[in-house]
Amino acid sequence: MASAWALPPKSLKLSRLFFQMDQTDLRELEARCIQECAPWCEASCPIHVEAKSLCVAIAAGKFAEAAKIIRKTIPFPYIISNVCDRPCEDSCKRGQIGGAISIRALEKAALDFSPFEKAKIRPLPARSGRVAIIGGGLSGLTAALELTKKGYKAVIFEASERLGGRLWSYPDSSLPKENIERDFQVIQDLAIAIEFNRSLSTDFSLNDLRCDFQAIYLAIGANPMGDPNLFDFSPSGFSIDPISFGANMDGVFAGGSIRRGDLVHSPITSISDGKRAATSIDRFLQGVSVTASRENEGPYNTRLFTSIEGIELAARVSMKNPATGYPQDEAIKEASRCLRCECLECVKVCEYLATFKGYPKKYIRQIYNNLSIVMGQRHGNKLINSCSLCGLCKEVCPEDLHMGEVCKNARETMVEQGKMPPSAHEFAILDMEFSNGEECSLLRHQPGYDKSKLVFFPGCRLGGASPHNVEKTYEYLTQRLNDGVGLMLRCCGAPADWAGRKDKYSEAIEALRDNWIGMGSPTVITACSSCHLLLRKAIPEMSLVSLWEIIDTHGIPENVGVDLTDVAVALHDPCSSRNEPEVQEAVRNILRQLGISSEELPLNRRFTECCGYGGLMCFANRELSANVIRTRIEYSAKDYVAYCAVCQDHFLSQGKKSFHLLDLIFGVKELDDSLKRPVNYSLIRDRRSFLKKRLLEKFWGETVRAFDESEDVKLHLSPEVRDLIADRLILDDDLKKVIQYAEESGRKLVNKANGHFLAHHTLGNVTFWVEYSRDEDVFAVHNAYSHRMQILEEPKR
Amino acid sequence: MSDKQRNEKDSQWSCAECGVELTLGSVEVQYMGSRYPADLLRCEKCGQVYVPEELANTKMALIEKLLEDK
Repeated sequence: MASAWALPPKSLKLSRLFFQMDQTDLRELEARCIQECAPWCEASCPIHVEAKSLCVAIAAGKFAEAAKIIRKTIPFPYIISNVCDRPCEDSCKRGQIGGAISIRALEKAALDFSPFEKAKIRPLPARSGRVAIIGGGLSGLTAALELTKKGYKAVIFEASERLGGRLWSYPDSSLPKENIERDFQVIQDLAIAIEFNRSLSTDFSLNDLRCDFQAIYLAIGANPMGDPNLFDFSPSGFSIDPISFGANMDGVFAGGSIRRGDLVHSPITSISDGKRAATSIDRFLQGVSVTASRENEGPYNTRLFTSIEGIELAARVSMKNPATGYPQDEAIKEASRCLRCECLECVKVCEYLATFKGYPKKYIRQIYNNLSIVMGQRHGNKLINSCSLCGLCKEVCPEDLHMGEVCKNARETMVEQGKMPPSAHEFAILDMEFSNGEECSLLRHQPGYDKSKLVFFPGCRLGGASPHNVEKTYEYLTQRLNDGVGLMLRCCGAPADWAGRKDKYSEAIEALRDNWIGMGSPTVITACSSCHLLLRKAIPEMSLVSLWEIIDTHGIPENVGVDLTDVAVALHDPCSSRNEPEVQEAVRNILRQLGISSEELPLNRRFTECCGYGGLMCFANRELSANVIRTRIEYSAKDYVAYCAVCQDHFLSQGKKSFHLLDLIFGVKELDDSLKRPVNYSLIRDRRSFLKKRLLEKFWGETVRAFDESEDVKLHLSPEVRDLIADRLILDDDLKKVIQYAEESGRKLVNKANGHFLAHHTLGNVTFWVEYSRDEDVFAVHNAYSHRMQILEEPKR
Repeated sequence: MSDKQRNEKDSQWSCAECGVELTLGSVEVQYMGSRYPADLLRCEKCGQVYVPEELANTKMALIEKLLEDK
């Protein structure tokens, strides 16, 4: 029995994979994806007839195509479609939900409803090597056919006066005689030599044959005579290798019923034995190993996984007339019951994996090829950069394959190769640097304390979404907890990590670690699951606790004075909370404490989905990110509650009323419709820098100076222009700088029709164009756009 | 927008600094280490160019992507 494919080690170090990935690593990783593994019917079939493809063809009414599928694998289709012992049907997944597909009957229908075709076999050029086939049953004939195809001279020795062995003992109702004749025509067509009425041990001995033939295939059936003289030696000393079918006599192979004994009559196994013996004999005659690479010959256990969850019961289509088999319409109906077994567990739950129209095995190959390109177009860049890295694929994968790890690794390699498209993540990295710059970052012990037992780390996006919630939370924490709760405003470095920018990532982490150590290594209270996940990985010695666990333990704030018992929401778990069941539970406890009834979304907790931000998807593939958001918000008509500021922002951006958990905790149960706008990074930045000023003023009594001279430029944007510019990831700050440059230098165009100015200026790697008009000291912006391509202009300045 | 409408819209811009109409001329553009000549409207006097919004959002964006994926 052939062994199943060896499982690749799960401990395979992904970090080194692409960096020095060779073909072996690639194959190990690819092999983890089981999508291309054979379905049960095919794996359990000794000759691996593609029964799934057969069903697909018949279901589409393509009987000739179905017949072609059968002829490709089965040498004697008109026989087998009548007498096959059908191991495929025993293993058919449909068997658990209504009854196995009638595969054999469908094979018969495929042949019945397609024109008869003679087997078209063109043998390879003749090779030296004569092979004696002893026994003209299915196994011997298959071996003779296969060896003839390969160019060897096969001679069949048949003890009786006709070929077919016990096939003739079937009643005509089971196997019409003309089917046998039809199938055996090919033996005659190929002029394979047959010696009838020649019986081993009676008419000749093995040793006689060994003089004339270089190899012998014993396919004499189940040795009904029990003849001890058959093998020229004692039968107890005769053994057959289970892989090569080689007997313990040089050049002698044995298969068919002789190998299995008389009790196990299996026509399909006899054919399989003939094929496998022919492979061995070919190898033996060529002087190469007869046992190497023989995996998955004969029946084997497939590694495929197919979920049958939610599939409706459907009983076998019964034949109106069993004597003639399925008519076309019944066959089509029966074939349509086929589940078309495949895995695709990850693709079913991931918009990203579905959007590129493949599955991990294909993607891994594409990614590997992409990284190997020296010259030419790298079509896989988008595939690599679009993944949210959220890990849902790993949770649903029967083999724990994590495409996010593959993609992140590939990104790191692209960055190292200097092949990462600059536009993919630059905006997010600059945003991170802004968060960690002087304007937004802050580190303080609690007022009145010179040490911190705890430090609140709200994360850059919570401050960017709602400074108010950060302020109230910090107030709550300082009131509820003793021993000083410090404050650290900055970004954890996740954008750099996701972008594969190891340099920027370690820079962010080192700065954060220094800050933290400087505060006396306090326990860090995180409000964002992504920060939590990243800090746990990046600074293992850091003690972390989620804000939600703190609030669950210490109780919701009192005297908020708002009755929330009429609020009904659906709860969205952020993807980075996937492996934090305690945090997820704490959030649910808080909702209970608030008296809010919350609905669970279909994909929740461990199986929750990303909101379209993770892995910087929204920057690298905006269209996909928008689709991800759309899918997620359609799960429930209820308002959503999220406990990640980005998730909330993303849902709001497509008009879904969504709360942040802190909104509810601090008594906000009505959200202004004006919040339903595209994510606006100008506002996010403004709020972050406002947060720093506000907290310094409120808690530490410090005032902060204005940071940027372009602050002086006063802008006016209509809501439409504001959304357009937000969507184009153009910041107010960019607009101000361009206008300031134009006004100071006089470099601008003017429109004759409306008097608008159009100015451009390059900031960093991007050239921004701003169309504006001036009304005293206010600049009304009418449009803005950008490009990265540099214009080498203005030679005459 | 038709070509005619586009041309009309584009021709409404003139150089505010020099007060002259823009004319079509060959300008060098550069990205990812590749340089190409491109026909753009520009001020003949001071060299200030005009990149229309549509050009930036379509053709230029496409070429940028192609060059980035090289």
